[in-house]
Amino acid sequence: MDYKTVLTTCTYCGCGCNFFLEVLDGELVGTIPCKTSYVSQGGLCIKGWNVHEFVTSKKRLTSPMIRKNGELQEVSWEEAIDYTASNLKQIKDENGSDSIGFFASAKVTNEDNYILQKFARAGIGTNNVDHCARL
Amino acid sequence: MAGLAAAFGSGAMTNSIAEIENADTIFIIGSNTTTCHPLVAKRIFRAKKNGAKIIVADPRKIQMAQFADVHVQHAPGSDVALLNGIMNVILENKWHDKNFIDEKTEGFESFKKTVRDYTPEKAAEIADVSAEDIIKIADAYANCEKASIIYCMGITQHTTGVDNVKSLANLAMLTGNIGKESTGVNPLRGQNNVQGACDMGGLPNVITAYQPVISDATNEKFAKAWNTDILPQVNGRTIPDMLDGLDNGEVKALYVLGENPVLSDPDIKHVNKALEKAELLIVQDIFLTETAKLAHVVLPGVCFAEKDGTFSNTERRVTRVRKAVEPVGDAREDWKIIQDISNAFGYKMEYESPEEIMKEIAALSPSYGGITYERLEGDGLQWPCPTTDHPGTPYLHKDNIARGKGLFHAIEYRPPAEETDDEYPFCLTTGRVYAHYHTGTMTRNSISLDNEIPEGFLEINPEDAKRLDLLDRGRVNVASRRGEISTRVMITDRVPPGVVFMPFHFVENSANVLTNPACDPIAKIPEYKVCAVKIFL
Ligand code: SF4
Repeated sequence: MDYKTVLTTCTYCGCGCNFFLEVLDGELVGTIPCKTSYVSQGGLCIKGWNVHEFVTSKKRLTSPMIRKNGELQEVSWEEAIDYTASNLKQIKDENGSDSIGFFASAKVTNEDNYILQKFARAGIGTNNVDHCARL
Repeated sequence: MAGLAAAFGSGAMTNSIAEIENADTIFIIGSNTTTCHPLVAKRIFRAKKNGAKIIVADPRKIQMAQFADVHVQHAPGSDVALLNGIMNVILENKWHDKNFIDEKTEGFESFKKTVRDYTPEKAAEIADVSAEDIIKIADAYANCEKASIIYCMGITQHTTGVDNVKSLANLAMLTGNIGKESTGVNPLRGQNNVQGACDMGGLPNVITAYQPVISDATNEKFAKAWNTDILPQVNGRTIPDMLDGLDNGEVKALYVLGENPVLSDPDIKHVNKALEKAELLIVQDIFLTETAKLAHVVLPGVCFAEKDGTFSNTERRVTRVRKAVEPVGDAREDWKIIQDISNAFGYKMEYESPEEIMKEIAALSPSYGGITYERLEGDGLQWPCPTTDHPGTPYLHKDNIARGKGLFHAIEYRPPAEETDDEYPFCLTTGRVYAHYHTGTMTRNSISLDNEIPEGFLEINPEDAKRLDLLDRGRVNVASRRGEISTRVMITDRVPPGVVFMPFHFVENSANVLTNPACDPIAKIPEYKVCAVKIFL
């Protein structure tokens, strides 16, 4: 039996509480509040207490998909990446950089967002980047 | 946060969560704090125990109202009138901080002239509250040492959202409640990394740390660092503009990372129509969301428990996200997916880890300059943190307001874009419930949380329910000029007569079929908080 706890930050609201995720044999099994967290001081709300549950949901996406004959079908990463990149290139060539838009995300990390906007600006050449802060 | 940036020169929460405990007066407006930010609410309760006065302005009788010294249920969309009324009382009674205004602000005279017209009586009439309550609020807010303002989407999700925020900034400057501990104007961010997405340049007009795209210096700096010569010096499109662009054919492709605009954006029919027109819709997410179902390519990213990185919370605190488990199935880290696509596209990226990415962020973003993974062990760091020996900044505008001088704005009241009439007599406002989050992508896939509140509902006042012959928990239809849905009735005096409330997490009866996409002209935030509806069996 391999048990560990990993200190991290809540993915739900902007409070940004810290807590420990409990991992048993590579599986998430629970959440424990963190007493020394500056923000949460050992407290958590109902969403935080249950935050590990959605991670193991059966409905998680586990494979890239491409729409073929009107249906989303599972494909390899290689095919998904090639398809995406070549279509972006074609659209850029035909319609210009500003015909492509990007939604960044308030749910992913700073590093993920940084890479996305860098790709939009330096790769594609557009400032069409926005996210749901407004919403 | 265009309103705060215009007034102060920085769009972020001015003070810290912990400081709330030591405020003397806390003015909560348009924030259902106990539901949406429970751990901030805890600090407010502690402040109350310490003797603080609590003022709540919210159209609904939210839980926090039970603990308030004064609670006004102002009409949805009447915030500017209410706030101008409060400031009128402060000025008339000379409760304002003349020294602070003279030394640290500008624009005061024209502001004063506008506010003169908003007598408590006039404000009370527009906002549908009592003039006495307006005077009470003004007294409690102005006549104390440290007053803190807390607000959320109830202020910003209006066609007058920027005006509302500027009015709050006016109020804080008028009384010198800015640049000191336990004061300030404090927007609570709805989603966990809204602050970070803004900081990282997830906006059409700025690159990281709010460096404007229209600037030769910024352009040169990033062109060099990113090894490119195609950086455009024009502002890009906002989300509503991108959707309009899809609709009229100017935008052909959309790359959606971890968002679900089909549920979160107003007027779902319009959003669906726009997305269906995309030649290429790329959706990167952890679930097959309503938006992903429309995509041409779906890319499985990973959730917070499966990756390393950082989030920036509502008080500008950057903290670590640490990988606890391996990704499910073939899912991959989001930055890796984007990097792979970028390389295949022909723009080279060679990052080995999120830590390496953060090093680049720090090197290019002044307020993140001193942030390293090593330093984030422990409590994290609050930006601005410009150098590696800087301790971080708990509250902004300490010696001087970031803008140079704080700017007063003269703001007139404007009614909401859509007012009730004979055909659509109810005012619908939307929000969250305690067990769910945003479009429910995560919480509704959590068994415990979905069991708490499994379906959507419509809150309606007992008086209205009686008149319409509605039964508690019975089904009812709700229609606006844009669409119609069916949901269950919840009869409660949390809402006043004439106002109804719906949470927006539920795809089966999504409130955003009804809401109005009319936007604030500057911030482009849609008016989720007010639209006119009719209710029928
Ligand atoms: S535990 Fe609750 S209050 Fe804390 S960040 Fe998560 S959702 Fe917000």
